Amino acid sequence: MKQALSKTVLFALVSLGGAAVLMMQPAALGQLPEGTAPSALFWLATAVLGALAVQSVRMMAALEDGRLVGMATAALFGLWIVYFWQLLVVAFEVPRVLLPPPALIVQSIGTHSAVLWGDFVQTVLKAVLIGWALGSGLGFAVAVAIDRQPFLQRGLLPLASLTSTIPLVAVAPIAVMWFGFEWQSKAAVVVLMTFFPMLVSTLAGLKASGKLERELMYSFAASYTRTLLALRLPSALPFIFGALKVNATLALIGAIVAEFFGSPTSGLGFRISTEASRMNMPLVWSAIVVAAVTGSVAYAVLVQFERRAAFWHPSVRGS
Amino acid sequence: MRSAKHWQMATMTKPASPGPWQRLQRDGLPVLVVLAAALVLWYIAAVWMNAAGAIERVLPTDAPWTWQDLVAATLDMQRPVMPAPHQIALDFWGSLVDWPIDSPRNLLFHVAVTAESTLWGFVLGTLLGLVLAVLIVHSRTLDRALLPWIVASQTVPVLAIAPIVLVILGSLGFSGVAPKAVIAMYLCFFPVTVAMVQGLRSPQRIETEMMHTYAANWWQSLWLLRLPASLPFLFPALRVGIAAGLVGAMVAELPTGAVAGLGARLLTGSYYGNTIQIWSALVMSALLGLALTMAVAGVERLVLRRRGGQA
Repeated sequence: MKQALSKTVLFALVSLGGAAVLMMQPAALGQLPEGTAPSALFWLATAVLGALAVQSVRMMAALEDGRLVGMATAALFGLWIVYFWQLLVVAFEVPRVLLPPPALIVQSIGTHSAVLWGDFVQTVLKAVLIGWALGSGLGFAVAVAIDRQPFLQRGLLPLASLTSTIPLVAVAPIAVMWFGFEWQSKAAVVVLMTFFPMLVSTLAGLKASGKLERELMYSFAASYTRTLLALRLPSALPFIFGALKVNATLALIGAIVAEFFGSPTSGLGFRISTEASRMNMPLVWSAIVVAAVTGSVAYAVLVQFERRAAFWHPSVRGS
Repeated sequence: MRSAKHWQMATMTKPASPGPWQRLQRDGLPVLVVLAAALVLWYIAAVWMNAAGAIERVLPTDAPWTWQDLVAATLDMQRPVMPAPHQIALDFWGSLVDWPIDSPRNLLFHVAVTAESTLWGFVLGTLLGLVLAVLIVHSRTLDRALLPWIVASQTVPVLAIAPIVLVILGSLGFSGVAPKAVIAMYLCFFPVTVAMVQGLRSPQRIETEMMHTYAANWWQSLWLLRLPASLPFLFPALRVGIAAGLVGAMVAELPTGAVAGLGARLLTGSYYGNTIQIWSALVMSALLGLALTMAVAGVERLVLRRRGGQA
């Protein structure tokens, strides 16, 4: 098995080395003189490299299970996709409007880092973070508040579940009208979008504790508050974290789309929509990369928090 | 696990099942009360938020006015900050009956435009998701290399790519339904793929082994075992997918140039400060979202009933 692993790694490294050599060619760098096409040898090398890439991913996928191997397989696949994206887009001279090569996107992130940082602060640190915290916090608070009101629960829960089928982000023009173009209107949209998932999840989570445990608390003569704090809220944690994770993505979508409806002259959504209409695609892709990285990092951070907070829960221990 | 459940079911004394009237009272009444409370709060908010504008623009400045005048004025403004529910209902109804169905002033016209691209995207996205899930389940390479990326993409605001899709398809010469359907499609496809990979893997080992002893080929075990087993996973994903697709279709209508569709209607409403129009478009998109999801749920119930009355 060890042998298979080292063979696979060697194969992948050799193919990547070949890829690096091919990348040095003028045709791959876009440095061919005007009017000349890449040679047949270049295309042959590209085809061979394509076969090598497929084979290297297949070999790595065939290795036995393991967290590291799985991540390495996905990473290798992603690397090859980006590589061929770069190579083919340059070699075929695809117009930048259609698809800019990755190197250009990275370069654009570098040159526009100040602008993108401003957009990040505007959209993520203000609208998303505040809206997400407020919306999730409110949803949680309302859920706990109506925990002892079965009548209100029966009235609110069906309506709250229905909101997931409604395009809530469409309230953005109204929010802009009420709260102005600044981040407050985006945060308001985010609050509305994140409130209901948290409400529904927390209500479900508060019902998740086992009957045995509840009866144990009862036999200890534990008060309602005590039972809530010591048993029911901890056992609701996986539900709450689930909603926090869903809400993180929803909040990003809400803030970005709300900026399509009207915004000050910064923000990721503003950048994406205005630069797209000016055909400045590398910058649009940069803003999207920023949004995508933000989403994944937020998710990863929340997963880490969940591991800390609910380390005892079977759903965490099992993973 | 299974035996414990059976034991529980056997020992449980079944509560007397309530009649339809009691059920309605138990489940319907709270919802109605909450809705009524929301309506009352809405009216209060409308009076509150419109009061400043009404005092400034509608009520006479030189003559005295009573609070009844103020309330009446706030609930009947041309461009209120917060329209009263009855104003929205009137505008909504008026747009449905006062104009022919093909007029851009009729909301149903916009609904048809948005629903068309949503449904195209939904159908294509579901097909794409199904095909990809089948490929992933049957190819270890795709499973290890591609699936992590699709799962990770769930944490990314993929809707942000919509303007790029519009630009790309626009420069390739596509316009009209196609770009909107493409955006709705890729929003539908992610949840369907993730759920279907889970669903196609849900048959237990004993079941796949039985297919093996019957010498069932790849296609038969897919059609007779894996696909039916994945249905409970598929339908929740479809409900998520069609709601996401609707948002995608509406966002795709936002860029300048789009004149039809609920998204465009929202945008023109906000350009001209016509709040009542925004609100009725909002109500209409909520209804469309509900209708689309209910249609999926209806199909789900039909299919599951035909497959043995589980629903």
